[in-house]
Amino acid sequence: MASDPYITLEDVVFSRNGRPIFDGVSLSIPKGKITAIMGPSGTGKTTLLRLIGGQLKPDRGRVVVAGESVPELGRSALYRLREKMGMLFQSGALFTDLSVFENVAFPLRIHTRLPEDMIRDVVLMKLEAVGLRGARELMPAQLSGGMTRRVALARSIALDPELIMYDEPFAGQDPIAMGVLVKLIRDLNGAMGLTSVLVSHDVPESLSICHYACIVADGRVIGEGSPEQLRQHPSEQVQQFLHGYPDGPVPFHYPAPAARADWDICEVSS
Amino acid sequence: MARRTMEVTVGVFMLLGGLALVFLALQVSGLTPGSNGETYEVQARFNDAGGLTPRGRVSMAGVTIGRIRSIELDRNTFQARVTMDIDTAVDNIPTDSSAIIRTSGLLGEQYIDISVGVDETLMADGDVFYSTQSAMNLERLIGNFASGR
Amino acid sequence: MIDRIARIGRSGLEVARSFGRSGLFLAGVLAGFPRTSAGFALLVRQLYAIGVLSLAIIVVSGLFIGMVLALQGYTILSDYGSEDAIGQMIALTLVRELGPVVTALLFAGRAGSALTAEIGLMKATEQLSSMEMMGVDPLRQVVAPRLWGGFLAMPLLAMIFSSVGIWGGKLVGVDWLGVFEGSFWGNMQASVEFLDDVMNGVIKSIVFGFVCTWIAVFQGYDCVPTSAGISSATTKTVVYSSLAVLGLDFVLTAVMFGSF
Repeated sequence: MASDPYITLEDVVFSRNGRPIFDGVSLSIPKGKITAIMGPSGTGKTTLLRLIGGQLKPDRGRVVVAGESVPELGRSALYRLREKMGMLFQSGALFTDLSVFENVAFPLRIHTRLPEDMIRDVVLMKLEAVGLRGARELMPAQLSGGMTRRVALARSIALDPELIMYDEPFAGQDPIAMGVLVKLIRDLNGAMGLTSVLVSHDVPESLSICHYACIVADGRVIGEGSPEQLRQHPSEQVQQFLHGYPDGPVPFHYPAPAARADWDICEVSS
Repeated sequence: MARRTMEVTVGVFMLLGGLALVFLALQVSGLTPGSNGETYEVQARFNDAGGLTPRGRVSMAGVTIGRIRSIELDRNTFQARVTMDIDTAVDNIPTDSSAIIRTSGLLGEQYIDISVGVDETLMADGDVFYSTQSAMNLERLIGNFASGR
Repeated sequence: MIDRIARIGRSGLEVARSFGRSGLFLAGVLAGFPRTSAGFALLVRQLYAIGVLSLAIIVVSGLFIGMVLALQGYTILSDYGSEDAIGQMIALTLVRELGPVVTALLFAGRAGSALTAEIGLMKATEQLSSMEMMGVDPLRQVVAPRLWGGFLAMPLLAMIFSSVGIWGGKLVGVDWLGVFEGSFWGNMQASVEFLDDVMNGVIKSIVFGFVCTWIAVFQGYDCVPTSAGISSATTKTVVYSSLAVLGLDFVLTAVMFGSF
C-alpha cells in the first residue's frame, strides 16, 4: 500500500430508499497511481464515485479527498474542489447541442478567463492527446461510442485535474476502442501524474493497467491489493469474480421461494 | 445556426412584441400620446344615475370628450353625484350646459351627453352642472303611459 | 379503512413534498438571472428556442381565432343590428382573455413540452451530472436561462397574438363582411382601456409565462431519468400547465375585472 493516499474512505455507510448499498466500506486510493474498483453489476460502484465527487452524502463515515472532508464542504467549496476532479461518465455525457470543440472548451470557458486563441490551443492540445484533433467540428451525434468517450476524456482533462475518475470506461466497446482507452488511461496517468480511479467489471483490462485494485461486493470490500496479490487471493468470492464462474458464493439463482411451491408440485407418494 | 443570425431573429422578435404593444395602445385602446392624463374635473347631480358605470363615456355632439370617474350617493340630497374627467382640450363648456344621461341605441350602454348652453362664463375645474336630466327609465316610462299620467 | 386514510395521508405528504421541492428549485433558479455576457448569450439562445420558434404557431392561431371571432360575432350581433360593435367585442375578448390564455396553452404544448424533454434527456444522459462534476451549477447554466427566457417570451407572444387576432378580425369584419371601418376602430377605442384591459392582459400573460415555464423546467429537472420517465414528465407538463393556466385565469379575472 502506497504511503500517500489521495482519497480515503472510512467506514462509509450509505443506503438509498432504505436499501443498504454500502455497509462499512473503508478504502484508500494512493496518489499518482491507477486504482481499479471492481465488482459485480449493481454493487454501487458508480455510487462510490458519486460519494467521492460529493454528489451524494454518506449516511455515516468519512470521505476525504485531497485532505478535505467532502460531505462537510459547503456548496462553493465543493464546486472548487470539483475543479480538481475530472470524471468520465459511462455514456460520455457530452453536451449534445455543442460541437466536439465546444464540449472540450466548455469547462475552460466557465472556469477560466483565458483569451479565445489560448482556449483554442488548449482544446486542440487535449484533442490531440486523445487522437481526435481532426474531429473538432463534428457534433456528438456523429461520433462512435469509443470516440464519444475519448472526447469526454479530453473534456475531463481540460482543466488539468489532479484526480480523474472513470466510470465503466470499457463497457460496450469493441476490442480496438478498448485497446485505445487502455492506452490512453495508462498514458495520461504516466504523463500528467494524475491519480486515476477506475470503476469497471472488465477484469483483464482493469488488472492489466492498474497498480492497485479492490473488489466490492455486498456493500463491503471483499478483497484488495496489487493485481498479483488479488490473483492469489484465498477468498472463493474473489476467485469467482476474477474468473467469472457462473456459480459459487454468488449464486446463479436469484433468491426464490422453494420450487415446489411455485410450480405447485405435489409430493408423489410412492 | 450561426450565433449572429440567432441574435438578429431574437431582436426582431422583441421588436415585434414592442410593436404589438404600441398597436394595442394606440390603435386598439385609442390612447393618444399628448392629451393623455390632461383632464379637469366637473360634477353633476342626477336623481337617477340609471345604468351609468365608472369609465363610461362623456360626449358632446357625439364626440367623446371625457370619462366618468366615480358615481356615489350624495348623503344630503339623496341624489347620485357623478364625477367626470373632461379633456383639457375642451375647456370652453358654457356653465349653463346640461348633462343628460342617454342610451346608445335601444339597449346599448348609457353615457353622459353634454348639451351646450349659451352662457359667456365657462366651466372650470371642480364646477357642478346646473341642469341635468336623469336616465330615461323604460319601465317607468311604460308605467306612466299605461296609467295615463 | 385505516389503510385508505393512511394512503390518502401518504399521497398528501407526497404532494406537499413535490411542492416543496419545486419551491426550493425555483429559489435556486431565480438567483441565477444572467449577469455575465456569457449568461446573456445563453438567455438569447433560449429566447430564440422558446420565443422565435413559437412565433409561427402563435401568429397563425391568432389570425384564425380573430377571424372566427369576427364571423361568429357578426352573425350574433347583426340580429340586434349592432354589428358595429364587432370591433369592441373582438378586441376585448382577445386582449382580456383569449390572447393570454390561448397563447399560454399553445406555449405549454409547443415550448413547455420541449423544455421538459430537453432537460429530462440531459438528465438521463448524465449531462447535468457531468456539469456538476465539472464544478458548474446546472441550475444556473441550464435551467435559469430557460426559465427567464420563457418568462420574457410569453408576454411578447401574447401581445403579438392579440394584435394579429384583431387584425384578422378586421380582415373578416371590415374587408369581407362590410362593417364600416370607422365604427370598427371607433367602438374598439371607446371601449378598450389601455391600463385596465391591455395591461391586465399583459399581467396575466406574465403570470402564465412564469407558471408554465416553471412547471416545464421543474418537471424536466425532477423527472425519472428513463424514457418512460421523460414521457410522463412531458405529459405532466402539458396537463399541469393547462390546468394551472385555466385555474389562474379564473382567479386573475375575478381579481381584475370582477368587482366594479
